[in-house]
Amino acid sequence: MLRLALLLCLAALPLRAEEVVLGLSKDRVAITATFEGSDILIFGAVKRETPISEVPLDVVITVAGPSRPVTVRRKERRFGIWVNTDMVDLDAAPTFYAVATSGPLEQVLTATEDLRHRVSIPRAIRSVGAASMAEDVESFTDALVRIRERKDAYQLLENAVALDEQTLFRTAISLPANLTEGAYKTRIFLTREGRVVSQFETVIDVRKVGLERWLFTLSRQQPLVYGLMSLAIAIAAGWGASAAFRVLRRN
Amino acid sequence: MQIYLPIAEVSVNAFLLLGLGGIVGVLSGMFGVGGGFLMTPLLFFIGIPPAVAVATEANQIVASSFSGVLAHLRRKTVDLRMGTVLLIGGLIGAALGVVLFNYLKSLGQVDLLVKLCYVVFLGVIGGMMFIESLRAIRNTRRGAAPKRKKHGWVHGLPFKMRFRTSGLYISVIPPLLVGVAVGVLAAIMGVGGGFIMVPAMIYLLGMPTKVVVGTSLFQIIFVTAFTTLLHATTNFTVDVALAVLLLVGGVIGAQFGTMIGTRMKAEQLRILLAVMVLAVCGKLAFDLLVMPSELYSIASGAGGH
Repeated sequence: MLRLALLLCLAALPLRAEEVVLGLSKDRVAITATFEGSDILIFGAVKRETPISEVPLDVVITVAGPSRPVTVRRKERRFGIWVNTDMVDLDAAPTFYAVATSGPLEQVLTATEDLRHRVSIPRAIRSVGAASMAEDVESFTDALVRIRERKDAYQLLENAVALDEQTLFRTAISLPANLTEGAYKTRIFLTREGRVVSQFETVIDVRKVGLERWLFTLSRQQPLVYGLMSLAIAIAAGWGASAAFRVLRRN
Repeated sequence: MQIYLPIAEVSVNAFLLLGLGGIVGVLSGMFGVGGGFLMTPLLFFIGIPPAVAVATEANQIVASSFSGVLAHLRRKTVDLRMGTVLLIGGLIGAALGVVLFNYLKSLGQVDLLVKLCYVVFLGVIGGMMFIESLRAIRNTRRGAAPKRKKHGWVHGLPFKMRFRTSGLYISVIPPLLVGVAVGVLAAIMGVGGGFIMVPAMIYLLGMPTKVVVGTSLFQIIFVTAFTTLLHATTNFTVDVALAVLLLVGGVIGAQFGTMIGTRMKAEQLRILLAVMVLAVCGKLAFDLLVMPSELYSIASGAGGH
């Protein structure tokens, strides 16, 4: 009995035997004063101890910025003017989200697996309890995706993962300049016939550094000092310009 | 050159901000308006989050107004006494305005109310100024002496005070009330309130246009400084990097504005301000009336009720 169980275990093992070995061109992104966005190269290999399976392998890579609650409002015409009427509060929507795949998303991932791992963009937005606020919550989440896609904050990059010999994969994700700082969760899924056979997770650290860091910290920890500093700068600049012009006019 | 703003968390072109600051600064020096009613919508347009735009704008107005006031002080066109009376009213009004603002916020629709406020006030003030200045210009062309109302209801009130610089001997009640009214509106609409203050001083108090600009700027400095501190300590939305870029352009612009302002006739100055006020009013009304291309809008962060 025990032997049979062991045998079954061994037989089941090859299914999980494919593992991701990952490399990142950088695992921290520093937001400096002149930050203009950043390209991150995500590459890796599939480590396996068995021969390559007949069924072709696919790779799905997601990068998600920190999630924040979001309110989406809709305008309607009332008394001749356009007014915000309905609104939906979404519990958590990632501030940045990119999905890169080695093929069309519907083919490389089944709907069930998408639901379980929250891979596609609409699935990455959590809208628990939003249904009670408006009848058609979906049109609100669609609007959120549409608006953020326009700003490159949400990206669907189908066929953007290059996969060689079912073993080596690589893709580039470009982070826009308008980044929120935090831990950017990066996930790699290996799929066969739409089912996830292996997954790997890591984190890209996005942080403000230098002057940006200092100002941000000061504004949160010493708001009064920060406010007075802002006023002092304003007064000094106002006086400076005035004095400079007086000198200029005299000459 | 792109600059990442630490509080707003967006990346914007530094020269664009310098330019915007400069243009608004010129207007500020010319007309004695803080320029907030122009700059705030412009900042929204280039993608700065509204809360940051409003708070930072207040900080920038401090700088351009201070620069402008120094220029006016040298020309002795600031009525410090009148400014102080208006300021006392203004601070009372601002405090009342904040209370009123929070009450409206709890009712919802505060955005719409602010916009309607803008359209109504800008429309009424702009229209009045435009008609009045046109009439004044026509009168001077005909060679008729401009009529000045010497005695109205304003002059019958008690607590009279002499405002030497303005050449007025009137009760302190009207300036105090004007200050309160402007303070309330300033807090609700998130601006310095110069565009309301200037016409109120000219038409309600009968102050000479030359003195009005400097006095308005003097009062604006304090109201906006107060607002900046309030925003910095409660909402953490003052972006000093954004403010510096705007105010470098702004203070230089204000100096040019003052130079231009002193070379122009009072009626011309007023008609220009009227046209500008009407243009902003028209744009806001247009946005309310025409179907927007995107019906949905996103407000990040919880508590957007």
